[in-house]
Amino acid sequence: MNMRATNMGTAGAAGGNLLEVNDLRVTYPTRTNVVHALRGVSFLLGRERLGIVGESGSGKSQTGRAIMGLTAPRAEVTARRLEFDGIDLFAASPRQRRKLRGKRIAMILQDPKYSLDPVMTIGRQILETLRTHEKVSKAEARERVLDMLAAVQIRDPKRVYGLHPHEVSGGMGQRAMIAMMLVAGPELLIADEPTSALDVTVQLEVLGILDQLVAERGMGLIFISHDLRLVSTFCDRVIVMYAGKVVEELKASELSQAKHPYTQGLLNCMPKIGSDRHPLPVLARKAEWAA
Amino acid sequence: MTAALYVEGLEVVFNLFRALKGVSVTVEPGESFGLVGESGSGKSTLLRAIAGLASVASGSIVVNGKTLGRRRDRDFYRQVQMVFQDPYGSLHPRQTVDRLLQEPLAIHSIGDSENRIRRALDEVGLGNGFRFRYSHQLSGGQRQRVAIARALILEPSILLLDEPTSALDASVQAEVLNLLEQVRRDRKLTFLMVSHDLAVINHMCERLMVMQNGDAVEQLAASDLASGRVGQDYTRRLLKASEGFARGRQSPSERNFPELKIKSITKQQGEHDETRPGPGRIERPSA
Repeated sequence: MNMRATNMGTAGAAGGNLLEVNDLRVTYPTRTNVVHALRGVSFLLGRERLGIVGESGSGKSQTGRAIMGLTAPRAEVTARRLEFDGIDLFAASPRQRRKLRGKRIAMILQDPKYSLDPVMTIGRQILETLRTHEKVSKAEARERVLDMLAAVQIRDPKRVYGLHPHEVSGGMGQRAMIAMMLVAGPELLIADEPTSALDVTVQLEVLGILDQLVAERGMGLIFISHDLRLVSTFCDRVIVMYAGKVVEELKASELSQAKHPYTQGLLNCMPKIGSDRHPLPVLARKAEWAA
Repeated sequence: MTAALYVEGLEVVFNLFRALKGVSVTVEPGESFGLVGESGSGKSTLLRAIAGLASVASGSIVVNGKTLGRRRDRDFYRQVQMVFQDPYGSLHPRQTVDRLLQEPLAIHSIGDSENRIRRALDEVGLGNGFRFRYSHQLSGGQRQRVAIARALILEPSILLLDEPTSALDASVQAEVLNLLEQVRRDRKLTFLMVSHDLAVINHMCERLMVMQNGDAVEQLAASDLASGRVGQDYTRRLLKASEGFARGRQSPSERNFPELKIKSITKQQGEHDETRPGPGRIERPSA
């Protein structure tokens, strides 16, 4: 807890930025014209929790994927600067980037039903990640996987180790996914809608685990979500995206004082328990937001 | 006044798994009634059982004073229509909006389809320009509007709504919720709405029922929910969870929500509560 508190204020000052994104652009050529998925996204990330919020199509997932190097090959990715811990990600060879992926930058995907290998046991999948990135003996690797499963609060790691993804619940699957992503000890974790497929109560459990592990290990976290309420309670800082651009960046605690009409609109249009607004205010999109 | 919908001791059993364990609900005409709970709580199953999409093991369903038999007749479907969760999955991918809206009219041999389709599209805020589009040419919100138009075109009195907005963005959700409220007011419809989002239910419904593991936990008025007058711990926990992630509000020892976990174990000791319904989880229907 303490470490996080100090990190919040000094992000960027102590030990430099973990990640620097400057003018990131992603375009997809189509038959007739080009689609600009990202149109100049810039932000700095220290060892803190950064939330990226936006509607579908706003480019929030594209941002995460571009940092991971997982943008579709037909897309064109450019940036003035895209640096991870001093490494220029554009200059890095595919081999270098592959080494970074999973080892130093990891990504949690939305739905464990689709993102875990259905024909491999959970234990073996996590083991694979670990043994790809570190030279460890089989026995030691297995121990570490079991420890990791215990760390994500799976009560009977040995049993879960041998289960296939279809045999576990969504919350359990997502915990296995977190275990897989953290087993190699990454410094930057990108979580793309990690709890959207889960029930509210399970959601909080998984977030609690994620929160604790990120704090303990002093990782940087990019938390991508469409849920403004969730992000504002979970992250230190929030970036709001609209049509491939950052429209506002603010401290999570100051979300209620958001200045941009889009952020205000998003906050406003959600039904709240206890407030009686009929009809709900609707977001009136303005063309200049996308300018 | 007879209730619009009266459900008594409804049981639904899949193989040996009891999805609904004798649930009773009464919904008055013109009322909006909400069902909340986690996945697997049976809220959607209750809706599907009423619509005739899940076979009923025991119990009775009375719609507008008429007890339903094993097979639903055509009149029933004229009175009761359903809107599904996933607007991407509930519209035929190879039919135009026009064709989609023709179908219910053809089934019920209702004439004047031209005007009715035009009116239905107008009512849900889609112009005539959408009439000859395919569903893949529409956004999620527009698709859900088409699904609502399809349900409304038969002029039903009861609308069953299964998570109608959970696949939509917050801003689009507000639009669809407003639309639903408006058609309900205009047509004096009765709503039975399922959602996992307590805030949505609280906004849309006058009364609601909280469900867990195929059982009703409690029924309460929306105003009770807003003022926190809830009777059961489970409801309180759902309420708390809907406020978002709470880091500051608890001491470090309480981290990772031990209370949440303990509650979810109350399912039954000895069950594999973390795995899917495995052999240990099957409950036999009581004879």
